Amino acid sequence: MRRGLWMIFRWPLLLAVLSLFGLVSALIGDEGYDLFSWLSLGVPLVVTAWVCWRLPRRA
Amino acid sequence: MRRVLLILREPFAEPPKAVTDEKKNMTPRTLRNWYLVHKWTSLISTIFLLMLCLTGLPLIFHEEIEHYFEPHPELKPITAQTPAINYDDVMARALAARPGEVARFVFFEKDEPIGAVQTAQTLIPPPDNGHIQPFDARTGEFFDPLPPPGGFMYIMLKLHTDMFMGLPGYLFLGFMGLLLVASLVSGAVVYTPFMRKLDFATVRTQRSNRLKWLDLHNVLGIVTLAWVLVVGLTGVINTLSIPILGLWQAGQLAEMTAPYKDQPPLKSPGSLQAALDTARKAAPDMEVSIVAFPGTQFSSQHHYAVFMRGATPVTERLLKPALVDAQTGELTDMREMPWYVKTLLLSQPLHFGDYGGMPLKIIWALLDVISIVILGSGLYLWLGRRKSSLEKRLAELDAGGLVAEGRA
Repeated sequence: MRRGLWMIFRWPLLLAVLSLFGLVSALIGDEGYDLFSWLSLGVPLVVTAWVCWRLPRRA
Repeated sequence: MRRVLLILREPFAEPPKAVTDEKKNMTPRTLRNWYLVHKWTSLISTIFLLMLCLTGLPLIFHEEIEHYFEPHPELKPITAQTPAINYDDVMARALAARPGEVARFVFFEKDEPIGAVQTAQTLIPPPDNGHIQPFDARTGEFFDPLPPPGGFMYIMLKLHTDMFMGLPGYLFLGFMGLLLVASLVSGAVVYTPFMRKLDFATVRTQRSNRLKWLDLHNVLGIVTLAWVLVVGLTGVINTLSIPILGLWQAGQLAEMTAPYKDQPPLKSPGSLQAALDTARKAAPDMEVSIVAFPGTQFSSQHHYAVFMRGATPVTERLLKPALVDAQTGELTDMREMPWYVKTLLLSQPLHFGDYGGMPLKIIWALLDVISIVILGSGLYLWLGRRKSSLEKRLAELDAGGLVAEGRA
């Protein structure tokens, strides 16, 4: 199947939007804003961890 | 045909059909140009970006590291008898401890009642770093002075900012940051044809190490794109801090202090206490962050520049200078900083990651480590390609899907 731009970029776009909101959020306020920032900037880290976890482990 | 071969040397040769499929969206020529942009901007900047990532890693935690190695001064409990602090007295004691020196700045920490006086032989650098005497901002009592700059963290900071070269070093690293931005944009463009036939976050591990690292380079690069872009761009803005401050001095600061232009320079500045009182009265909902003494880089010849900070994460960064006549102690002017200084001040937290507590610092560090992996894998892919280019090209030719492209 040949993918279009939407199919290729929907996840990267979501991650980018989340990251940008996270970067700005902690600037706006503390506590709730900080928490949102940690969670949203943590998503790329979770995806990275998931990618690494799926890699076949060598003995 | 030659062009086709060139394209095939480059990464989307695998799978080769992706190239043929590009016809509708991107000509092979455009694609090749974007790829070359990605390759060259990355190759030129990689070694410096690796250095920046490695030195940046401890710098994220500089506060914690410094507090660990230089134990924080103990704050004594204050009693009802503690006299009100008088800053003229504080300054007199600070200068008495440093004969022959002049005061440049007084700093106030944000979260703790600790201040510091910076003195040096001259009002304007060199030397860049003066002598720093911290004090209890509730009692005015001095703690032990800080040791002169040096050591591991200082070296990290200098490598990360100007590589011990001053302005040329800053501007050079700023240029490397611009190359990073170009590399990110072109990287995202060449990601498109590469992913035509692949699901998001596919990592093909069965075929070759190179293919595995190519897939990893792509997925890690795309998921961290926004963060790396923001940290890169704000880093570039930070490298311009010297010219930006020069612009402010020649612009807004000169304008605000224009009536004083032809007056002879002050022999010695007047009351700091009066300047602080005036500034606090002018901005009652703000706190004093830095006081620049008359004749320093951040003030005029005749004024104390009292930089005030607000209470939210944004306004505590957007300093607002109150210019106080150093002789009379009266307010000359107080304005918001121009947009270019505001841009610089806001780009600092976004680059440092120091505005959302320890969890944000840890996130910054992990994303920094991922960036190191992306840089390293990019380098590995480039080195690997050079060695195997011929076999690779032949294998890819053999894979087919080229005839149509050759005609196009």
